[in-house]
This record gives sequence, C-alpha cells and structure tokens, in this order.
Amino acid sequence: MNKIISFPHLGNYSVPISFVLRHLTNYEVKASPPITKKTIEIGSKYAPDSACVPFKYNLGNFIESLENGANIIIQAGGGCRYGYYSEVQEKILKDLGYNFQFINLIDSDHLKVMEVYKTFKKMNKKLNFVKFAYYALLTLLMIRYMDKIDEIIRSRIGFALNMKNFTDNKKKMLQDFSKTKGFIPLTIKYFKYKKLFKNIRILKPKDCIKIGIIGELYTAMEPFASYFLEMELAKNNIEIKRFTNLTYLLFQKKKMKRKMLRGIKDYCTYTIGADGMDNVYRCKYLIDKGFDGIIHTKPFGCTPEVGAIPIIEKICSDHNMPVIFFSFDSQTSEVGIKTRLEAFYDMLMVKKGR
Amino acid sequence: MEYFLGVDIGSISTKAVIIDSNLKIVASSYLWTKGNPVDAVKNVLSELQSKIDDNVHIVGVGTTGSARKLIGAMLNASVVKNEITAHAVGTSTIYPDVRTILEIGGQDSKIILLKDGIVTDYNMNTLCAAGTGSFLSSQAKRIDVEVEDFGKIALTSKNPTKIAARCTVFAESDLVHKAQMGYKKEDIIAGLCYSVCNNYLSNVAKGKKLEEPIIFQGGVSKNIGVQKAFQDIIGKDIIVDKDGHLMGAYGVSILALRSNKRINFDFSIADQKFETKGITCNKCGNNCEIVLVKQNDKLIDSWGNRCENGSVSS
Repeated sequence: MNKIISFPHLGNYSVPISFVLRHLTNYEVKASPPITKKTIEIGSKYAPDSACVPFKYNLGNFIESLENGANIIIQAGGGCRYGYYSEVQEKILKDLGYNFQFINLIDSDHLKVMEVYKTFKKMNKKLNFVKFAYYALLTLLMIRYMDKIDEIIRSRIGFALNMKNFTDNKKKMLQDFSKTKGFIPLTIKYFKYKKLFKNIRILKPKDCIKIGIIGELYTAMEPFASYFLEMELAKNNIEIKRFTNLTYLLFQKKKMKRKMLRGIKDYCTYTIGADGMDNVYRCKYLIDKGFDGIIHTKPFGCTPEVGAIPIIEKICSDHNMPVIFFSFDSQTSEVGIKTRLEAFYDMLMVKKGR
Repeated sequence: MEYFLGVDIGSISTKAVIIDSNLKIVASSYLWTKGNPVDAVKNVLSELQSKIDDNVHIVGVGTTGSARKLIGAMLNASVVKNEITAHAVGTSTIYPDVRTILEIGGQDSKIILLKDGIVTDYNMNTLCAAGTGSFLSSQAKRIDVEVEDFGKIALTSKNPTKIAARCTVFAESDLVHKAQMGYKKEDIIAGLCYSVCNNYLSNVAKGKKLEEPIIFQGGVSKNIGVQKAFQDIIGKDIIVDKDGHLMGAYGVSILALRSNKRINFDFSIADQKFETKGITCNKCGNNCEIVLVKQNDKLIDSWGNRCENGSVSS
C-alpha cells in the first residue's frame, strides 16, 4: 500500500509542513483538504462537546484527510490540554474504524530535537542527521520568513487600494517558497517578496487606527477559526498587530518569559498556563505603544485564557484601553461577531475624533 | 429643509422615525415585526407617510437592528449601522451627559457606557436570550397575563418570590414549581422582574461600573415592574424616556444626516414587491447560505457567500 501522510491545518503553515515532510520522509504528502464549514461540522460531531474548537477543527481535518486517502497522520501537542488531544483523537478515529498510523511529533511539553529526529528516522530508514538538520533548519527559516512577511502585510493591507495585490502575491510567495532548494535561494526569494510587499501602493494615514490581537494560539493563527477576523478589520482600514505565530512559539516565547514576568509584576507574578501570561504582557505592551484597541480571542472554554481575562480587564480599565473579548465555538453566530466588531471599530473612530 | 428617515428593525418590533435637520423628531412609528421585516417596514412607512406633510422630502435613510442589512438593501439606505452605535448616538443626542445605557430588547440585551458623549465600553448578551423581552412574554403567556399588564401587577407585590433566572429553561421550571407551591401570582410576576434584572446585571453588565445618569431603554423598559426592580437592585436613579424605544431609529437617522450621502427617497417603495430567497451554494464544503433580495423580480442584492465562487449577480 502506498503510504500517504497528512496533517491538520494551521493558517498557511501547511506550506512549510508539507515541505519538511516531503524532504524527510519518502511518503506521499497530502495536506488535509482546506478547512470549510463541513470540517468543523464533522469534527464537532465526533469530538467531546466540552473540548475546545481546535480539537474539533483538528479532528475534522483528520477525518477529511483519511477520507482523502491518507494512512499516516501527524499531530503535534503541547501547551495546555492540547497536549493530551492527540491520544484522544487517535482513539476516536480508531473507534470510528479508520485504519492508519498516528504520529505524535511532540510527546512532552517541549520540543526535543533528538526525539523528533528519531521519529523521522523511524519513518525513513535512510535519513541521516545531516539531512534532517538541513531541512529542519531550512523549514524553520521558511517559517521565520513567512511570519516576517505576514507582519508587513498586516500593517499595510488595511490601506491597500486593492487587497488582492496583497492576497494574490502572498499566494504566489507561498508557492515559490514551497519549491525552494536551499538557504540562499530562499533568502533571495524572501527579500524579493519583502520588497514587493513594501512597495505595493497604499493610502495610509499617519494616525490610522491600530488594533492589537492577542489571545489563544489556534484562534490567532487559523483565520477560519476566528471567522476571518483580521480580514474583517483590514476591510475597515485598520493596522493590525498580532504576536502569536510559529516563530514566537518556537523561538521567542521561552527567551522572553522572564522579561515578560518582570514587565507585568504589578498584575501577575507567575505564569498562568499556555499563553495566558504572554497575553497579559502584550496587553501592557500595546498600551505603552499607543495602540487604539485590543481584541482578545479564544476558543470557548479555554482555561489559560479564562484565567488571563480578568487581569487583562483590570489593566485595560486602569489605562482606559478599549478591549473586546471573543469566544469562538463551533456554534458561534457570525452576525453577532460582526455587530460587536463594527461597534468596536465605531467606538475607536469616535474616540479618535473622526 | 432636509429630512431623514431612521428605521430600527428588531426581532420583535420595528421602529421608525423621521427627523428634520435640527434633529427634531417629526414623525415616528412603532409596530410588531411579526417575523416579517419586509412587511413590517412597509407598514411603518405607510404609517409615517400619513403623519407627515407632502412637502417633507427625505434625503437620507439609515437602518439598524437585526434586519438592518435586508432593509438597508430594500430602502437603498445611505447608512447601515449596528444597534450599539445607533443607540449610543441617539441617546447621547438627547441626554448629552448620559453615562450608562441599559437596553433590553426582544432577543438581545446590551449595556453601553459613555463618557462625554463617547462610547467607552459596551457589552451585548451572547448565545442566551434569558432575561430579554421574549423571555418575559413567553412567561406571561404561561401564567395567563397580558405582558402589557406585567409591570402593574408586579408593583402590587409586597414580597417578590425568588426565581432562578440563569437560563430560560430553568426559570420556567422554577416558575412552575413556585406556582405549584402556592406562591401568589403577583409575587411570582414581581420575582420574574427581579430575576430579569439580576440576570442582566450578572451577565451583560458584569464587571461594568454603572455611573449616573443611567438610562433604561428597549421594549422591556416599558415594563414598570422591571424599572422598579432595577432601581431597587442598583440603588440609583433610572431614567426611562418616553421615546426610549425609538432611540436606535433616532440614532441611525442622525447618522444618515451626518453622512455625506444624499439619496432621493420615495414612499412608493412600500407598494413595490420585495422578495427574499435563500439558496445554498454547493461549490465547496462551506455550503454557504446565500440570501437573494429581489425588487419586482429584479435582483438588487445578495450576501452570505464566503468567497467569489458563491457570488451571485443579476
């Protein structure tokens, strides 16, 4: 039987994930079919009702992958109770009668390079460490570049004469990245696109409205899970700052921990699980940097964020910072989100005196 | 003089006002939506038309409320705004120093906090309709009381019964239980009024500082039982404006005035045929439900599609 490997979606990261799997395994790589409403419907149908939406999206992704011919599935845990999800998901899928191999990339709370290497070595006997390290680093660099480009796009797309200039070019960039051969070609491509995105003509007023998005990682990184919140904001001519991306989670988070705790010592003296403390710090950061508003997103029932919310509310009320909280579930009404978002945007506009 | 029309199409009632350019309300109308926003708007329009002179010329239309998009397309509105902004604008025009707006409507309830006429914070109920107008009217039906008399009966109670109001379903079973236990009807009714307030304060207004002046509006504000309950629980003066139910419509008419867009509005729109149709796009797993709005069999607008594949044009 042909071995086909698949994995769940997280924003655009399917591009680097496909890339690394293609080079390190000799399986056929098929990303899960794009997330649609059907994905979350299937996921919710078989997931425990109390599990958060990332569980449901992932499970929906897996089922659609398996239906699409995949027989190996890869998942990565960690953070909050997400770390236990893969075992439960595997069990649910096996109970549903699917025959497949389930690989959990991160078994413990921290990413251990040698463990990951061993996992890949099991999949591909011919793999050696040099090759593994080469492609792992190349993929990480790709992620880094993607995140850097995204940062540029988020600060500019809201003022584009035609948003398609950004979205279409980003699609092209991802295609280009996925075909890269090595560090130098990738870097050349990165600089080419960086220049391109910086030179797209925009009409950006100096005192435009700036909103920071904080919150749980899945709803921050997977646009479908937040009902395309960032796009919605961009349509209203808003500059967006978002902190959570893979670069942050993989490289920066650990290094910044002590600095963050120092910065928020008046409000919070220890970490509160997953990205809870990080979001408290970001809240402070956004206030100091003169942002106009904060949007906090989380899946319904996200425990670390539920712990962070009262602290965020306190900081924001101490500093007169407008903040709005969104809790996403498989049943969330899209109109309700739009109404609240529009009111939030109106509020910031009036506050700015426009 | 220029005149502006504001329409607020809520789940239960449809409100409309016409203002002149001095922000004075020259005519208003208030009717039940009865699940048919298009017909409700036609009815308020014909009522408004009968109330104004022929020389009143409307040059701007604003819509708000849950059917704002549909009615906005139908009336070719110059402004389509969410109800939070509309209520804040309307209320702060009449009460420039208002600090807190409590609003309980048919299906939703919200709180708006303002300072110097600018919204500083707001909240709106999420999934649950407990403690809104529709909850009160369904409970009124259950104990066989006209919802309009609810407030009057509640005021006669000397010892309001405690009713669990966290959720409509629980409240209902608790209410039945209390009735079977032999509590008096007026005590139960008064208890319901208190439970609406408690539910509102612990959900929608949770963590918000209620500064005076406090204005209570929306359909439920007409209920003097709930008015009194709010006053008792909050311990501050609650203002209820006689036009409180019109504030959304009034606010959006002001927004229409402030916008630069001028249109030529004609009341004959009420005689035209409007049809809405829902279709499901089957081009991908999203299965978007697309709404088509037709005026005299001609497609004027459509929405609901997530991507280009689902866009419908005439």
